Amino acid sequence: MSKDNYIIEVRGLVKKFGFKTVLRKIDLSLKKGDLLVLFGPNGAGKTTLIQILSSLMLPTSGKVWIAGFDTGYDREALHKVIGVISHNTFLYNNLSAHENLKFYGRMYKVMNLRERIEEVIGLVGLRGYMNDHVQTFSRGMQQRLSVARAIIHDPLIFFLDEPFTGLDQHGVEDFKQILKKFRDQGKTIVMTSHDLDRGLELCTQAAILKSGNLVYKEDVSNISQDDFKDIYFQHTGEQKMPVYVY
Amino acid sequence: MTFIQKVWAIVWKDIASELRTKEMLLSMCLFSFLVLIVFNFTFDTGLKNLRENISGILWVAFIFSGLMGLGRSFGVERDKGTLHGLLLCPISPWGIYLGKMIGVFIFMVVMEIFTLSVFTVLYNINIIPFLLPLGLIIFLGTLGFATIGTVFSAMSATTKARDVMLSILVFPISVPMIIALVKATYIILWGGAIQEIYPWLKILIAFDLVFLLLAYLTFGFIIEE
Ligand SMILES: Nc1ncnc2c1ncn2[C@@H]1O[C@H](COP(=O)(O)OP(=O)(O)OP(=O)(O)O)[C@@H](O)[C@H]1O
Ligand SMILES: [Mg+2]
Repeated sequence: MSKDNYIIEVRGLVKKFGFKTVLRKIDLSLKKGDLLVLFGPNGAGKTTLIQILSSLMLPTSGKVWIAGFDTGYDREALHKVIGVISHNTFLYNNLSAHENLKFYGRMYKVMNLRERIEEVIGLVGLRGYMNDHVQTFSRGMQQRLSVARAIIHDPLIFFLDEPFTGLDQHGVEDFKQILKKFRDQGKTIVMTSHDLDRGLELCTQAAILKSGNLVYKEDVSNISQDDFKDIYFQHTGEQKMPVYVY
Repeated sequence: MTFIQKVWAIVWKDIASELRTKEMLLSMCLFSFLVLIVFNFTFDTGLKNLRENISGILWVAFIFSGLMGLGRSFGVERDKGTLHGLLLCPISPWGIYLGKMIGVFIFMVVMEIFTLSVFTVLYNINIIPFLLPLGLIIFLGTLGFATIGTVFSAMSATTKARDVMLSILVFPISVPMIIALVKATYIILWGGAIQEIYPWLKILIAFDLVFLLLAYLTFGFIIEE
């Protein structure tokens, strides 16, 4: 059973694809209201971890509890309380922005759906594109709509895989505001990012994943961005500035 | 109640999406039209033994164009990356299955109405007098086909040779159903007594129920990765 004071609890999580071990014995626990940003080089296993947390993938071994629900069993109940943004936008190209939100809203049984759609579409700045087909949207607009889709049912917990992908400056600012609001409302967020500054600006906790190992996880509210950069490169073994030798 | 509303939301989404482009419906109808035309040229419509073939021709048209729709049902969700969005919704795998299956069923019925109208003209058969029993047989056949097909559509959505896989999987399993359908349709079209179709009817109903049950029991495992 999950301990009540942790809203996210991962124990001994291992994920293998065939013979390849992608996540090695991950232990992770988060309290309600935490905003964890997962950093790590390409291929470290961040997306895999997010997918397992959101129950889209099953772990090879180990256990994951989200809000007390076991991700292997209580999926329907779990899905009601989580919002996910992934590499895919989960949007239907032939449907309009409004129709997409209407579909997902119905699936989550959102009350007063009409008003809620207006609200979230305003939050992501797409009010003028309500009836346009997603097909005609730019990547950034699709990402904005994907944000609206992920928050339509007002979830308690968010799993966000590189949510800033494709967003322009305004989009980034809007999304930061949304995240800050959620953080203040006491929602729990796990997010991956490649942008150390942007990620660090928002989070209460930072974690670094390297080749499937969780090599660092600390409260970083009191750590400066420069210090964290040093920590990051120490742990990932990457150099701050590439040195080219000709 | 909530469950039905969610299933309906999936059906609505598939229909709304299809009506935008009509890609699938058009290709399904075109395909069945071509099947009917080709067979019409091949056989001389005046011949007596054509009567035996004609119900087979009808079901060849239905089933092969139905396969086109099936391949897309889960295939498109997979290709466009929306499958995970669907799986993340708070609905059981069975609900997702039903939503997708009913969608396929509706598209097939539209195609079948079109095909039947072409059929009556090309083969000079008046189906109005036996519309009711014929409709019942077509309903059961389409339901069975959509039931089996949706399971395999989800299974083969991940494979590269999706459409080939789908036909290889669906046909052998549907053989008993197809035989029952062709026999029953033959009896109806040539004015046989209604009692004659009862044995086939029973087979069809049993077939539909068994496969719906199997889908109910297994779909959760099939759709999981
Ligand atoms: N379905 C899969 N089958 C086999 N290997 C996979 C699969 N998905 C991911 N991997 C492997 O798992 C490892 C981690 O991948 P993952 O996508 O989780 O990395 P990531 O940290 O999100 O990287 P990025 O920063 O590029 O997004 C990679 O080596 C990748 O090749
Ligand atoms: Mg990734």
